[in-house]
Amino acid sequence: MTLQLAPPPRHASPRRARPSRRAGRFDLRGMPYLLVSPYFLLFAVFGVFPLLYTLWLSLHDAELAGKREFAGLANYAELIADAEFWNAVFNTVGMFVLATVPQIIMALVLANALNKRLRGRLLLRLGVLLPMVTSVVAVAVVFSQLYSRDYGLFNWILGFAGIEPIAWQNEKWSAWIAIATMVDWRWTGYNAIILLAAMQTIPKDLYEAAAIDGASARRQFWQITLPMLRPTIVFVVFISTIGGLTLFTEPVMFEGEQMMTGGTTGQYQTVAMFIVEAAFRGGFEIGYASAAAWLLFVLILFGTMINYWFTRRIGGAR
Amino acid sequence: MTNHKRFAVTGVLVTALAAMTAACGGGEAPAPSADASTPAEPVTINVHTFGGGENFGYDEAVKKWNAEHPNIQVKYSNLTDRFEDVYLPQLLQRLQAGSGAGDIVGIDEGAMGLMAARPQFFTDLGEYGLQDRKADFPAAKWETGVNAEGKLFALGTDIGGMTMCYRKDLFEKAGLPTDREEVAKLWPTWDAYLEAGKKFSAADTGAKWMDGPNTIYNVILSQEAPKNGNVSYFDKENNLVLETNPAVKTSFDWVQKFSQQGLTAKLQAFTPPWNKAIKGGDFATMGCPSWMLGVISGAAGEENKGNWDVAAVPGGTGNWGGSWLAVPKQTKHPKEAAEVLNYLTGKDGHIAAFKEAGAFPSSIPAQQDPEVAGLKNEYFNDVPTGEIFSASVKDLQPVFLGEKHAQVKTSVEKVLEGMDQGAVGYDEAWTKFVEAGVKAAG
Repeated sequence: MTLQLAPPPRHASPRRARPSRRAGRFDLRGMPYLLVSPYFLLFAVFGVFPLLYTLWLSLHDAELAGKREFAGLANYAELIADAEFWNAVFNTVGMFVLATVPQIIMALVLANALNKRLRGRLLLRLGVLLPMVTSVVAVAVVFSQLYSRDYGLFNWILGFAGIEPIAWQNEKWSAWIAIATMVDWRWTGYNAIILLAAMQTIPKDLYEAAAIDGASARRQFWQITLPMLRPTIVFVVFISTIGGLTLFTEPVMFEGEQMMTGGTTGQYQTVAMFIVEAAFRGGFEIGYASAAAWLLFVLILFGTMINYWFTRRIGGAR
Repeated sequence: MTNHKRFAVTGVLVTALAAMTAACGGGEAPAPSADASTPAEPVTINVHTFGGGENFGYDEAVKKWNAEHPNIQVKYSNLTDRFEDVYLPQLLQRLQAGSGAGDIVGIDEGAMGLMAARPQFFTDLGEYGLQDRKADFPAAKWETGVNAEGKLFALGTDIGGMTMCYRKDLFEKAGLPTDREEVAKLWPTWDAYLEAGKKFSAADTGAKWMDGPNTIYNVILSQEAPKNGNVSYFDKENNLVLETNPAVKTSFDWVQKFSQQGLTAKLQAFTPPWNKAIKGGDFATMGCPSWMLGVISGAAGEENKGNWDVAAVPGGTGNWGGSWLAVPKQTKHPKEAAEVLNYLTGKDGHIAAFKEAGAFPSSIPAQQDPEVAGLKNEYFNDVPTGEIFSASVKDLQPVFLGEKHAQVKTSVEKVLEGMDQGAVGYDEAWTKFVEAGVKAAG
């Protein structure tokens, strides 16, 4: 859209200038709205509408290309009594903890190391970010092959220690470990870079003062670095919480055939997989799946709140 | 002026949105005509199918039709190689939306119950004279294409039939006969198959007797269902009979026995490790409907040519798999679509598909054609597939598949895999199996 609303020439008569002045006012007041509107229009179509439609669907007994009857809160009641849903919640939270705790700790250690004077510091910093460049699917496919029972690298290595081949998909603990490593491989470096950026904003004189007072490097880390990083750690934990609770691609690729059941007895079915399975695989029950999606939303809200409360305590919060 | 400007912008957006919607809707006004073969304006009939490799094998058949019918041009697209998790959900969404589905759509056996329970989405093919085709099909294939309202909505394409594939080189290593006639004599019954399996295991070739639980489970279920009123998970009133149907229990028991004897390679069918095992010779036998031959030759590759062979299956005839074609109600050209469907499911269409994709025809005239009956499969040591599969589908019975057959099938087969791999104990497997089925049936 071309803009023809140039300010009026100075010598123009007041009468002719008036419409232009009004246009000028629009330029100032209306234009910003106009310019941000594409985002909001798209958000309305692809964000707000699906959100509300999902809510509406969750109150119906609805099948894909099938019946659609109002059911009130029946879907939610059924979900709360559904052992498979809670199994999916348990898996999701379990894998989240198993992946995120080591991930944040490793990221902190990495960031601290990269903050030191090192040779080839730039290359190392770029290096930890490299896994971010690969696609999630590619990562998951490669890892799934490494974890394969008959021809996988990990079982081959374990074989040297005399350990029988492990069917990684078969047990909860082994499947969770496999998936957690995929998540960590991809995200640890990313979190480390964010933490590193925050570390570099910490004033040097704090460390100098501490050093003069005789504080060891470890003491400096605990007493200065960590407390100063708190807002960033809160941010990193939030992002990890949202990512961890909507975990989807890694377990799906780990399963191989994309039926969303997460193993033969749902050993690693996450809530996101549960939703897709309910809507588009097994029963085509989109009403039920919508209700599960809303419960997942509540779960994330809850998880984020717990984490906020938790991370506020880091480094002796007042 | 401010307002004008605003309106203009809104106008542009509205127009753009309308254009997008129209584009999504697609399609032109119907061309009314008296004679379907020569519609007033040329129409395009979209045929949508699924499947890996050569899938439905309609390239040649469509070329021939298009050359002969300038006014009805067929556009054939194979949408994906995955049915349950890609094609079916997409088709259901398009049926629901009222647009986007093909004028003719392929449907796999597993979803026929689901589609039969949704007559509102499909054209009654009887209105276009296809009721006359009944004599061309085995009763089993025909009945499945009749929906809940008793209307004909789909006609059959290929059919599974049943044989047993085996690794010749592994049989030789284990000291078992390798000739397909002798192999068939080795296992007239499933008991004999089990005994042969024990013998094979004792020879310690490093390979297992069979792939995993579910291929054999489907083979046995397809043989047992006709002995028990032609039903598997659901009776003809769509009640779940999973727990009481002896066909299901018998099949389950056999699989449990094979698994407990350690005869399975604990593999999940149709996954990458399973494909690798077919290639690497990690197991010696596998149940083989006609379409499975293509799966094996594809997975095992050229270097294994001649290693796999085909023998008669223990326990007699059965059918696993096969597809149908239907015309969704949303089509603008039901008459022309029905005409194309009639051609593709007719003798010529079946034979063309068989030559191209190896899909064994369900059409009886096509089965009797010398081109089909005399066919041999080079990859499997020139096994006379035409003869073997014709024999295996001769007395086929129509097995009723309930509306939620696919869902129940997926769920209970997961339990079998869990049992085979050790995640579900043998003593609790049947209870879990029934539970999973009941839950999936809703």
